[in-house]
Amino acid sequence: MTIASSSPPSRLPLGDATGAGTDRRTARRAAAREERGDGRLAAVFIAPALLGFLVFLLWPTLRGVYLSFTRFNLLTPAEWVGLDNYVRMVHDPIFWDSMGVTVEYVLVNIGVQTVSALAIAVLLQRLTQSAVLRGIVLTPYLMSNVVAGIVWLWILDTQLGIGNEIIAGLGLDRVPFLADETWAVPTIALINVWRHVGYTALLLFAGLMAIPNDMYEAAKVDGASEWRMFRRITMPLLRPVLAVVLIMTVIGSFQVFDTVAVTTAGGPANATNVLQYYIYGAAFGRFQFGYASAMSVALLVVLSAITVLQYRLTRAGQSDLG
Amino acid sequence: MRTAAALTGALVLSLATGCGQGGAAGAGGNTVTYWLWDANQLPAYQACAKDFEKRNPGLKVKITQMGWADYWTKLTASFIAGTEPDVFTDHIQKFGQFADLKVLEPLDDLGLDDAAYQPGLAANWRGQDGRRYGAPKDWDTVALFYNRKMVKEAGLGTGRLNSLDWNPRDGGSFEKAIAHLTVDRNGVRGDEEGFDKHHVAVYGMATGGAGDADGQTTWSPFAASAGWHYTDKARWGTEYRYGDKTFQSVIDWYFGLAEKGYLAPFTDYTDGANPATAQVASGKAATAFDGAWMISSYYGAEGLDVGTAPTPIGPTGKRATMMNGLADSITKNARNKEGARKWVRYLASNECQRTVGRYGIVFPATPDGTAAAVAAYRKKGIDVSAFTGPVTDKKNSATFSFPITDYAADVYALIRPAMQDVYANGAPVSGLSRTNDQINLVLGQ
Repeated sequence: MTIASSSPPSRLPLGDATGAGTDRRTARRAAAREERGDGRLAAVFIAPALLGFLVFLLWPTLRGVYLSFTRFNLLTPAEWVGLDNYVRMVHDPIFWDSMGVTVEYVLVNIGVQTVSALAIAVLLQRLTQSAVLRGIVLTPYLMSNVVAGIVWLWILDTQLGIGNEIIAGLGLDRVPFLADETWAVPTIALINVWRHVGYTALLLFAGLMAIPNDMYEAAKVDGASEWRMFRRITMPLLRPVLAVVLIMTVIGSFQVFDTVAVTTAGGPANATNVLQYYIYGAAFGRFQFGYASAMSVALLVVLSAITVLQYRLTRAGQSDLG
Repeated sequence: MRTAAALTGALVLSLATGCGQGGAAGAGGNTVTYWLWDANQLPAYQACAKDFEKRNPGLKVKITQMGWADYWTKLTASFIAGTEPDVFTDHIQKFGQFADLKVLEPLDDLGLDDAAYQPGLAANWRGQDGRRYGAPKDWDTVALFYNRKMVKEAGLGTGRLNSLDWNPRDGGSFEKAIAHLTVDRNGVRGDEEGFDKHHVAVYGMATGGAGDADGQTTWSPFAASAGWHYTDKARWGTEYRYGDKTFQSVIDWYFGLAEKGYLAPFTDYTDGANPATAQVASGKAATAFDGAWMISSYYGAEGLDVGTAPTPIGPTGKRATMMNGLADSITKNARNKEGARKWVRYLASNECQRTVGRYGIVFPATPDGTAAAVAAYRKKGIDVSAFTGPVTDKKNSATFSFPITDYAADVYALIRPAMQDVYANGAPVSGLSRTNDQINLVLGQ
C-alpha cells in the first residue's frame, strides 16, 4: 500500500547560497504546486469522511437540537414550542430517575470492566504473548449485544434458566437476576462487562506494548516487585491510553440500550429504565419526538461535560513517556 | 481525481438505489400488500388470498408476516418512511394512537354491516369521528388453562373448576382451588398445615406479568366481574379509573396471591423466555389464564394434558372476560387503494372468514366463521366452550372490550411500571391513584 504524504518544503533542494533568486522562486513555485496537488488529493481522501460527518453527524445533531424546541410526531409538521420540552424534562421525575439508573449502570459497568480489563491486559503482557489467548479473550465481543442479551436472559431466567438451575442444585435460593429491582441493573452491567471486557483489555494491551521493556528490566535489576513495577511503571505510562479508553467506554456505557431492550424492557417498575431506553420509548413508542430530542440534547451535554472533565483530570493529551 | 469522483458518484448512486429498493413496501399497480403478525394464521390467509386472486383476475396479494414486536416497530417506521403496506392487521391497543396520527383510511363505503359480526366487534373500530377504520376479522376471550393431571391429583373435578367463584375478601372457591393446587418442595399443599410459601415447587397459578394497562390475561377477569371498567365510557373514555377503590381492592387481592405463594411471583415471569404457557408446560404452574390465541400453544405442548375452564363468577354474579377483536385496516397512503378496499371487503366476508375458521387457529368475527372454527377445534379434540360460552351465554357472562382512548401509548408508559411496582415490589395499591391522576392529566390536555 502506498500512502501519499506531503513533503515538508524544507526538504526541497533550495540551491546554493549564491544561487540566483529565480532558482529559489522556481523551487518555491514547484513546492506550492506540489502542495496544491497534495491538497487536492487530501481533499479527495477527506471528502468521504467529511461527507459522512456532515450528513450523518452534524446535520442530524443540528436537526435534533432544533426538534427539541418543537412538538413533533414525525407525521405532521413540527410545531415550535420554545423551551416547553426542557421545562417538562426538569419536572419529569421519570427522567431524573432514568438519569440515576443510567449513572448507577455506568458506575458498575465501567468500574468492573476497567479493573478486569486492566488485570487481563497486564496478565497478557507479563505472562504470555499467545495470540490464541488474545483471540479467546476477544470472543464475546464478536457476538452482537442483542444475541448476548437474549442468551443471558435465558441462562438467568429465575425458573427455567440453567444458571438458576445450578444455583438451585447447590441448595441455594434462586436469584431473580433480571426481574428484581436490586439485581437488574448490576446484572445488565455485568452482561455488558462480559461482552466488552476482552475488547477493552486488548486496547489496554496495545497501550502496554508501547512501554519499553528495558524499563521493566532496569526495575528488575533494582529488585522491584511485580506490584511495584505495576504501580511505578505500568500505570503512569499507560495513563494516556487508559484515559482515552475510559472516555470511549464511558460514552459507550451511557448509551446502553440494546441489552436493556431485550432483557428487561426497562422493568421491573422502571428499575432498569436507562436514559436511552426512556428516550426511545418517548420517540418511537409515544411519538413525542420533540421531548425525546430534548432529552437527547441533555444527554449530549452531560456526555460532553464528562468527557472534558475526564480529559482534564486524566491529562489524556500528555504522555509520561520520554 | 476523476476516478475518485466517479467512485464517489457510483457510491452515492448505489446508496440511493439501495434505499429505493428497500423502501418500496407498497408495490402499487396490481398488487395489494398485506401485513400480519401471527405465523399460525399465515396459511389461512394465504388460502384466502388464493381465492381472492381467483375472484379478481389481475390482482395479487403480497402477504408479509413478522413477529408481534417487530411488527409494530416496522409498521411505525413504514408510516414515517412512507413505505406502509396497503392493508395491515390492526389491534385495538394501537388503534387510538393510529387514529391520533391520522394514518388510517375510513372504511365507511365498504358497505360492512355491524350485525354481520359477533356483537360489539364492529363498533370498537369506529373512531371518535364516528367513522369506521377497521373491518372485523376475529375475536378472542380469556379462560383458565389447567394441567389435567395436577387437577386430578389434587382431587378437583373438572365440574368444580367450571363453577368456581371468587370475591376480593377471601378469594372464594377460586382461591381455595388455586391454594390446593399449589405444592411446596416438601409436597405440602398451599392450604395445608406447614406449607412453605418461600419454596414452592408448583404454583397454583402461573404469572403473566403485572398486566400493564389492561390486565387482559391477568387481573381483568376479576376486576370486571367485580363491576369495574377501565374508563368512564365504554369507548373513547376521557378518564381512566385505576384510582377506583373496587379496582384497587381487586388488585390488592390478586397480587396478594403471590405473597401467599399461590400465584408465581413477578420474578418468574419473562416475556420472551418464560411466559405463562412455558410455566404450565414445564410443570412449574398448574393453571394459567390465557387467551384463545394461545389454544394451539397449550394443546401443542409436549407431554402436557391440558383442559380449559371459564373465568370464575365474581361479586356481580357473572363471569367476565375481555372479548377482543382484531381488524384489517387500510393505510391512508396505500398505493393500491382500490385493490386494498376489495381485499379488505373480502377479508371481512363470510367466505374468507369460513376459510380461516376451518384452520382451527382463531375465532373469525362472523358467526359462520366462528362455527367453522369451533368445528375445526372439535375435530382436533379440543373443547373450546370455555372461550365461546361467555359470548353466547349473556345471562351468566359479561364480556368487555380493550380500553380504547386517546394517548394509549402514554397511558401504557405510565401504568406499566406502577402495576409492576405493586406486584414486584409490594408497593401499596393506593399509589395507583396518583398514577391515575397523571394519566387523566394527559388525557385532559
